[in-house]
Amino acid sequence: MEQLLQHLVNGLVLGGTYALLGIGLTLIFGLMSVVNFAHGEFYTLGAYAAFATLALAGLPFFVALVVAIAAGALLGAICERALLRPLRGHSIDTIMLVMIGVWIAMQNAELLAWGGVARSIPHPFPTAPLTLGPLNIAPLRLFVVVTAAALIALAWLGIQKTRLGTAMRATFQDRDTAALMGVPIGRIHTITFAFGSALAAAAGALLGPVFLAYPSMGDLASLKAFSVVILGGLGNLAGATLGGLLLGVAEELGAGYVSSGYRDAVGFVAIILVLLFRPAGLFARAERIG
Amino acid sequence: MIARAAVALGAGAAVTAPWWVANPYHLHVLIMAAIFTILALSLNLLLGYTGQLSLGHAAFFGIGAYTSALLSLPPLEWSFWIALPAAAAASGIAGWAIGRLALKLRGAYFVLVTISFAGVISLVSINWMALTNGPLGLPGVPPPALGPWALRTKSAYWYLVLAAAALAYLVCKRLVGSRIGRALVALRENEPLAESVGIDGTRYLVMAAVVSAAMAGVGGSLYAHYTRFVSPEVFLFSYTVTMVIMVIAGGQGTLAGPVVGALLFTVLPEALREAVAWQWQMLAYGVVLVLCVFFLPRGIVPGVLAVRSHAASRAGHPRPTPGSRSSLR
Repeated sequence: MEQLLQHLVNGLVLGGTYALLGIGLTLIFGLMSVVNFAHGEFYTLGAYAAFATLALAGLPFFVALVVAIAAGALLGAICERALLRPLRGHSIDTIMLVMIGVWIAMQNAELLAWGGVARSIPHPFPTAPLTLGPLNIAPLRLFVVVTAAALIALAWLGIQKTRLGTAMRATFQDRDTAALMGVPIGRIHTITFAFGSALAAAAGALLGPVFLAYPSMGDLASLKAFSVVILGGLGNLAGATLGGLLLGVAEELGAGYVSSGYRDAVGFVAIILVLLFRPAGLFARAERIG
Repeated sequence: MIARAAVALGAGAAVTAPWWVANPYHLHVLIMAAIFTILALSLNLLLGYTGQLSLGHAAFFGIGAYTSALLSLPPLEWSFWIALPAAAAASGIAGWAIGRLALKLRGAYFVLVTISFAGVISLVSINWMALTNGPLGLPGVPPPALGPWALRTKSAYWYLVLAAAALAYLVCKRLVGSRIGRALVALRENEPLAESVGIDGTRYLVMAAVVSAAMAGVGGSLYAHYTRFVSPEVFLFSYTVTMVIMVIAGGQGTLAGPVVGALLFTVLPEALREAVAWQWQMLAYGVVLVLCVFFLPRGIVPGVLAVRSHAASRAGHPRPTPGSRSSLR
């Protein structure tokens, strides 16, 4: 029982960052119809940004998080303006090919820049776990899950309460009508892609110190983001949050009770099963944002 | 006329290759090019003729490699000539299962299912120690034997892979020119219309997936018996990426495209290996893919043909890729 609780807590910690990854991906898909295979590379970018700020520049953790988010947003905006805007109106498959190209190029650029050796990212938190009754949780992991929750809440508020968020939701519902009402669709697309990429980079900066930073870390992150999005239903923000937590817990339970070697298979199997039996996602009512 | 002469010249050069390619390393590159020709042709059947992108094609390649290796190693020690079709069959069955399951889904969903399938298979190859020897792989895969001779030398193996590549090309050619090929193209261009004239979409797409997977399995088997070693690396995503680049850059939906792409993208990287590190090469693959979508959406072969027929201006315009139905919304 205690072991089960411990697995659940670990799963929620992991799931918080998966949710962050999934929200970014689901926004980009829902709004722009872009199947963003490069999403995991923004996660890698965030992890390396954190490595550069923490290990090389020796700055505090919060600065690292901000740097990662800024780097993700900037590169995301550049990517959207340079590659996606000229292709707007092209088929979803064409754009998917471009994003696969971006994925491969970014990953190998990271390999060239940082080398293939996995880097451990130093963090300022004590390593002794906090003990809460029967549960143990490392302070770093606690920080990760709290920050992830705060970022998710911020993203949520931004989309629900601000003028920009309203414009985003309008674009999601009906692009043409939104454009007729004066919503600048091009700018909304750039902002959405930058926003989604920034969330992925934040997830990378948060999970980087928990695990290691290495160039191909984005592959698994992408696939996990896709499983989260598929679990939640494409374009469904609340679904992505729940899906992230669900995937985190499922992985942790799978690793604990089945086999740790197959931990990463949980996400793959989830993709296959959900697409086959509930392609609209586990929590589907109607496709909507927010 | 020129095209026919080029093909004849190429075929002649291929058949006589062991005489004029003195350096064994160069012959090795040619052998790999032939194996990749089979893989690119196989991916092209799905991507080029049905419009469905399989990003898990390395799984079929790897299943073929492992099947062939396991059957020809002790305790079974079957002959290569039985292991090869068995590898094709094993990959074909996997292709059938994926086709059955996934071709209800199209576009990005199909891509995701194939990636996930390859991910699971790769994890199995790492974790099922008893069968696959895990990350250490299976060494000592025997070379094929032809009567009393073992095809140990590079020149002998060259003829084997050349014959296999030629066979794969002929299979594709016959298939594409047949009723089945026309049905696939009809489905790619307009599925509801094709179904309305009585083409059973799922049946034809599954058929294409089976043939494509089996062909990739043959490539895997040839690779296993050539390198004589199989490890979970056969499932590496970079193999899939290489196949995709070959097909997209060469010209998807054409027969010559994947062949040109496979030659280009095995010979060129090896020629540049001295000057450029492998990471740069993979980086360049990503850039090439993006540039192709923008500037050469139909690939090299159709691009060259378009230039030759004085339609050069058309080649520069992006055209929706085959299978452009927006299947996600």
